[in-house]
Amino acid sequence: MDLSFFVIQTLSGLASASSLFVIASGLTIVFGVTRIVNFAHGSFYMLGAYMAVTIVPWLLEFDRSPTLFFVGVLASALVVGVLGVIMEVVLLRRIYRVPELFQLLATFGVVLIVQDVVLKIWGPVDITGPRAPGMRHGIEILGQRFPAYELFLIFVGPAVLGALLLIMHKTRFGVLIRAATQDREMVGALGVNQAMLFTGTLFLGAFLAGLGGALQIPRLPANTGMDLSIITEAFVVTVIGGMGSVPGAFIAALIIKMLEAFGILIFPKITLVLVFLLMAVVLVVKPWGLMGKPEVASGRAVLPEGILNLKGFSRKETMVWVVLTLALLLVPILGDTYKVKVGIEIMVFALAAFSLNLLIGNGGIVSFGHAAYFGVGAYAAGLLVTGPLKAPMELALVAAPLAGGLAAALFGYFIVRLSGIYLAMLTLAFAQITYAIFFQWVEVTGGDNGVVGVWPSRWAATREVYFYVVAVLALTSIVALRHLFYTPFGYTLRAARDSANRADAIGIDVKTHRWLAFIVAGAAAGLAGGLYSFSKGSIDPTMISIAMSIDFLMMILTGGIQTVMGPLVGTAVFHSVKDFFMPLTDFWRFFLGVSIIAIVLIFPKGVVGALDGLRERLGRRAPTPATPAAVARETA
Amino acid sequence: MQPLLSVTGLEKRFGGVTAGKDVTFSLAAGEMLAIIGPNGAGKSTTFNMVGGQLTPDAGSIVLAGQDITGKPPREIWRLGVGRTFQIAQTFISMSVVENVQMALISHHGQTRSVKEAATRLHRDAAIGFLARVGMADMADRPVNELAYGDVKRVELAIALASEPKLLLMDEPTAGMAPKERTALMQLTSDIARAHGIGVLFTEHDMDSVFGHADRILVLVRGEIIATGTPDEVRSNQRVKQVYLGEAGSQAALKARRQAAEAH
Repeated sequence: MDLSFFVIQTLSGLASASSLFVIASGLTIVFGVTRIVNFAHGSFYMLGAYMAVTIVPWLLEFDRSPTLFFVGVLASALVVGVLGVIMEVVLLRRIYRVPELFQLLATFGVVLIVQDVVLKIWGPVDITGPRAPGMRHGIEILGQRFPAYELFLIFVGPAVLGALLLIMHKTRFGVLIRAATQDREMVGALGVNQAMLFTGTLFLGAFLAGLGGALQIPRLPANTGMDLSIITEAFVVTVIGGMGSVPGAFIAALIIKMLEAFGILIFPKITLVLVFLLMAVVLVVKPWGLMGKPEVASGRAVLPEGILNLKGFSRKETMVWVVLTLALLLVPILGDTYKVKVGIEIMVFALAAFSLNLLIGNGGIVSFGHAAYFGVGAYAAGLLVTGPLKAPMELALVAAPLAGGLAAALFGYFIVRLSGIYLAMLTLAFAQITYAIFFQWVEVTGGDNGVVGVWPSRWAATREVYFYVVAVLALTSIVALRHLFYTPFGYTLRAARDSANRADAIGIDVKTHRWLAFIVAGAAAGLAGGLYSFSKGSIDPTMISIAMSIDFLMMILTGGIQTVMGPLVGTAVFHSVKDFFMPLTDFWRFFLGVSIIAIVLIFPKGVVGALDGLRERLGRRAPTPATPAAVARETA
Repeated sequence: MQPLLSVTGLEKRFGGVTAGKDVTFSLAAGEMLAIIGPNGAGKSTTFNMVGGQLTPDAGSIVLAGQDITGKPPREIWRLGVGRTFQIAQTFISMSVVENVQMALISHHGQTRSVKEAATRLHRDAAIGFLARVGMADMADRPVNELAYGDVKRVELAIALASEPKLLLMDEPTAGMAPKERTALMQLTSDIARAHGIGVLFTEHDMDSVFGHADRILVLVRGEIIATGTPDEVRSNQRVKQVYLGEAGSQAALKARRQAAEAH
């Protein structure tokens, strides 16, 4: 490796790190103050880029000067900052006190809405922005040409860091941000106008995301995939740097981008794996990131969001479920092909959602990346059947849960070491890394197109027979999983969720039990994925995508995470509605986003929770006491 | 007779702050030993070193002849140390009896069992422990519907379910009404005596300390400045100074005299 090459790699690493830091700093500041991980941060970044490709060319028509270029960039960032203010006032303000799971979902709802709005306004085609006047040319460095704009970007990161540190230490607003990051309750108790502080913080956060996006336009055309691609990177940076720490984000962005710049020389295909390894090592050694601080535990006993008082079925409920199951089994006999297809899908997703609720509802382990295990199962099965082995379906369906369980064992080993929001972000990061691996490993996985020809064995080739294959496997798995909730193992998970301190004090090894639960849930999701691949006849990366993970979360939330059987009802309702409406509208994501926010704001207990509440209200004449979950939410 | 717990020469520093310096004491089976002291005296540090949450820099902790210094909390639990928390920690989504059953399931090493329903295991034994703390008739109530004093009792039953030799209680009466405090402390000392369980507790409420402890340990800046029976500690000059200061202790004497005269 000669010197000039080394220098060029270093410079481009620095330029990327600098850009990434500008975006991640906004995410980490917003988290520090509001304790909300804002998924929509990636949307702000994307909007920044779209604003810039609209505003900057218009300005440059007056005069092709560098000044106007940067005026345009700043104007775009300001517009995005204002959008951040709107989001705070309209949505975030209402969800500061709801559980993390709901906060994350609500901000993801915004992501979906923004995606469709961007599509409507700017269309699906990438928009290339103008290059910065005066910085179009390369600069000769040791005989190699290096773009001047990249060189400029290298200085933007440190400049933003300097400006942020100045704001944080010299202005009242900045001091309040630091104070709130350390102890939000205390700042409130001191009589600080929190509404203004939070709104201001969102403005700053969104401004930084918008700035990051607007600065990208000479390097990268504005496109509709920018939001999710950047948010994973920004998450990784904030987790490694320590959530809430701006200097931490700077260091983390540097480390990651340098690792990528040079990792690509040694392992060109697996720079992602390097980042993953780095994150894993950092989190094991320093669970709160390089410069983060542990979350202050409030110590109060708050009712957890999830399953409360586990009851067995009453005779009536048993009857209802038996009748429903029988009705389901009659679908291939009475129904048409479409109903058989929907029936298969509902059973498959129900198994995945049910296994997710073992983690979330019962264990309090908020996993945002359950699609990883579903997808790994699907790919394991699909690749076994279509690959050089040409294995039969039977073998593939054994391999699918094994693969899902193995992936869950690997990721879960790190995940269970964390808790709360850190845990949720890590599950998401692992899922995105899995997605990227399957997406990029084109020779084996077929990349974006996936692999076709994943068909069942000959005896199960008809839809009707395959329906019964799925029914037997999915339903028995669900029954077995349901049994788990009631066993000592299930109770132990719930005990650790209720009070990790108490569980530890009576000798329960919380981490190991959570890890085992992760493996079980991963294996179940893997089986579901395997079954799904044969029903579709193909595999593709949407099965591992973040949208899939969100669908699973929506299924259990639609049904209600306070109940064991809720996820099944939720899956049936959610999937039928989605399957029915999706072909009818171009704005499916918009409506999904709106319904997610609606569920979080108005309907947080889901269908089954609402039915329980209704039954309680009808059953008793006396004024009903507030439900425990509602009380917990009010007092939290 | 060999003491149940003997702590010798414990040291703990946090940076420049000494939170424990040559802390030495012992505790007999069935004895109630209180650790008191001003804020920051090192009560919690001592407590957490015995419970395994902190590792001492020097010194040794021996429980029933076995060295437990620096062992992790779960190991120490297995060797017979139960604990309650300043803010009661229970499994709040479960019923009262399920809370105790959970402790018994762990005590019997069945937390990974996937055979039968958890509610069928050890129910009678759990009710037995609840009877000890006077909560048997509330066995099937959800624990989150109980009054705080009752939650504290349930927590005690949970701790007892592992058949501990030593019970660590961090401010057992914090957050309770005065009447409930006496009842809980009386209950604790009755159980301790009846079953030969040693109880080490910290407490801010002086009525609970002087009314129920067999012996009291006074910590100031990480050092033990006095040990003895409640009467001995009450009449100890240094303790008075530390707690009330010179002027304060004279004012207290005066107030007591006035109160006596008023009667």
